[in-house]
Amino acid sequence: MKLFLKCDEAAHVCDKSQYKESSFLEKLNLKIHLLLCPLCRAHVKRNCTLTQNLHRSNLKTLRPEEKELLKKRMEDEINIGHNP
Amino acid sequence: MKDKKIDLELLDPNRWVDNYADYLYNYTIVRVNDHIVAQDLISETFLAGLKSKKNFKGESTERTWLISILKRKIIDHYRKINSPKGKAEVHIGYKNDTSEGDWLEENAADLFDKTAEDTMENNELGLAILDCLDKLPAKQAAIFKMKTIESYDTELICKEYNISASNLWVIIHRARKSLAECLEKNWFN
Repeated sequence: MKLFLKCDEAAHVCDKSQYKESSFLEKLNLKIHLLLCPLCRAHVKRNCTLTQNLHRSNLKTLRPEEKELLKKRMEDEINIGHNP
Repeated sequence: MKDKKIDLELLDPNRWVDNYADYLYNYTIVRVNDHIVAQDLISETFLAGLKSKKNFKGESTERTWLISILKRKIIDHYRKINSPKGKAEVHIGYKNDTSEGDWLEENAADLFDKTAEDTMENNELGLAILDCLDKLPAKQAAIFKMKTIESYDTELICKEYNISASNLWVIIHRARKSLAECLEKNWFN
């Protein structure tokens, strides 16, 4: 079992944590790394802020089938326009 | 990066849904607060855009132009549902004629109340995020959206794009990095 992560490994764990996909051990490793590495601390802070903002913005996307429906309505309209 | 200057010839209705549907949807949903109505309004906007395509002067971007049509559609929507006389009368306020007394607490604003302003600001943040996503490479943005906004499983995305999990995480990492930078530039300043 390893205790110390490299910076790129720490960044990977941090990314996974944003989607709640990191294990307890990984999180512990990350914490230890952050104690030692100010650069990664800055990165993690930024990354977490982004997650919060994404959450706060409450973004939604239309489902693919809903987009297809929109496209279809437009195509129908174009076709009507061509053959009056 | 997408070129924001658009010539008349470049007005391309076939790409409208892919390029702008999500943006228009997020713009609409806070204003009408109804999924179905929002979709109808967007559909009407695209159709109106098709009809008045020749009026597009190229002075603004395609999206700004569509938004200006959408704004009018939203206003029309509220006119329509308010048209029978009396429906337009809305009583706002905590106090009504039947309640007695006027306690000071009841008249003061609740500081912890989530105000309409917050909702609007968060919505604008969302639109800023979509703007920043537009600046990413298309595949990166699509994968990031699937993973983050639509919360698809990692496995499913990997299968759909035929990439490995570590590949996916590299893409997500790059997207998050550019997005954070872009937001800091455009939103927090």
